Amino acid sequence: MDFFLNRYRNLTALLVAILAQLGLLAYQIKSGEDVRLIRVWAVTAVTPLARFIEGGRGGLAHFLKNYFLLWNVQEENQRLKADLDRTEMENQYLRAQLSTADRATALAIFQKTSQSKTLAARVIGNTTDPNGRAVIVDRGAADGIQKGMAVIKPEGIVGKVIGVFPHAADVLLVTDPSFAAGVVSQKNRVHGTLKGQGQSTVIVDYIQNEETLEPGEWFLTSGDDLVFPRGILVGQATVVRPGKIRKEVYLTPSGTQSGLEDVLIVLDGVHGTITEAPLPNQPVHVLPPPDNDAAADSGADPRPAAGSQPAPQSVATDLDRSVEHYRAVGAAQNHKYGDKNSPAPNYNVTPDSPVRPPSPPPSSPPRP
Amino acid sequence: MSEARGRFRDSAGAAASSKYHWTVIVGVPLAAILFQVYVPRFFADLAYLELPLLVTVYFSLTFRSPMAGLLYGASVGLAQDSLARPQHPLGMYGIVKTLVGFFTAFVSQRFDVRSSSIRAILAFFFYFFHEFFYWVLSRALLGESVDFDPVRTLVRAALNGAVAAPLFLLLDKLKTTE
Repeated sequence: MDFFLNRYRNLTALLVAILAQLGLLAYQIKSGEDVRLIRVWAVTAVTPLARFIEGGRGGLAHFLKNYFLLWNVQEENQRLKADLDRTEMENQYLRAQLSTADRATALAIFQKTSQSKTLAARVIGNTTDPNGRAVIVDRGAADGIQKGMAVIKPEGIVGKVIGVFPHAADVLLVTDPSFAAGVVSQKNRVHGTLKGQGQSTVIVDYIQNEETLEPGEWFLTSGDDLVFPRGILVGQATVVRPGKIRKEVYLTPSGTQSGLEDVLIVLDGVHGTITEAPLPNQPVHVLPPPDNDAAADSGADPRPAAGSQPAPQSVATDLDRSVEHYRAVGAAQNHKYGDKNSPAPNYNVTPDSPVRPPSPPPSSPPRP
Repeated sequence: MSEARGRFRDSAGAAASSKYHWTVIVGVPLAAILFQVYVPRFFADLAYLELPLLVTVYFSLTFRSPMAGLLYGASVGLAQDSLARPQHPLGMYGIVKTLVGFFTAFVSQRFDVRSSSIRAILAFFFYFFHEFFYWVLSRALLGESVDFDPVRTLVRAALNGAVAAPLFLLLDKLKTTE
């Protein structure tokens, strides 16, 4: 035995190393448990360095962006002074401001308007496995992050938290082959299951051929998976075709298209509603508000009186004018609409004419 | 622990010893893993680079000891495993890189591996071996239905081999030869 071990020392060592790691693998697969301590050590060791690198990169990028932005604005100003009038220049300036709006500002606005309680996080790295699509963010258990929380952006869903460390977390992206989420189409309310496939596009499975679905239709989260709150954008159907058993629907996920730097982790999700209204990022033609001429024609004041019921924002139809007229008649006779104890106002007088006091209320209750 | 020693056999057959400071032996693979974690976020085309593997091949060639090669490969592989997503169990990269470290050191004991072209060819071969064996393990042990595209893997192996040649020359600068 000693001779064998000495003669094949290297092979024995190789065998031991392989068997030890196979044992480690077998333990993890059999028990379904992760060797968490080693991962925690590794991620904790890497996180400060990754934060430092990301901070340096972000600072440099911000400086360069500002420098070149100022340089471009100066050039642009000179050109505009020569070519355009003042109005056009102001317009251009506003456009430039809009186009260079900070992502963080956009994220903060979304965070403020969203009903769900969210926490902003920054992507600081990728995971190392070749088949997976996952990233590491700089928020962890110390920030209240838990496994299974949804990760979103204003543009759409990004993924979900699959591993939590003290100051970092792993986020499985929607494009990962093991990712799945419940989705519903916005227009036809077709339910399906979103699945990543390791590419930039994802598929929506379990949609029967009989279901009506159109290319270009938007998908939103359905909330069925108990991870993503209902009503968050997912993406737009790029390909819809009948398959052998079920429809083949390919989607371009909107949350991962514009790069991943800042994301929001949903700490406490609130389900939203799914409307058929056009989505915010689609171009919508909006008419200018009507002027007050129409309201002036009817003799009504378009501005609501203090303490009165809010008036419609625009008086555009005959019904609006009638409502305004009767409201003015009631106000002239100190009548409070909705109060059962006050008598009905005299509708035969105009608000400007002297008002005859209304008759006292009958002793018997009025007929319905 | 302050220095580690590897030996190259020169073309005349004489042995030349090479020493590395321990910070190089620990820092270089760490930098390679950080590169893999961080850089593909901004330069997705660089995701094909398997720098931890190239570093394992380089140091295993330098150590010329199968025992040291397998321990180094196992360490780098397990470190890489620990930074993968949680569904990826620890040991997958560890096993593959253990084999790579062992066989690389084994080859270096029998051949003159100081030539850049030989080292590039070894990097090419071991990249293909690494990817193929990882695919086999994924299917056999984890039951994952992962695609293996031989043509794409060969192209990536060639690219890694091309990167390995200048990278190994750069790493040669970090050693102190007696």
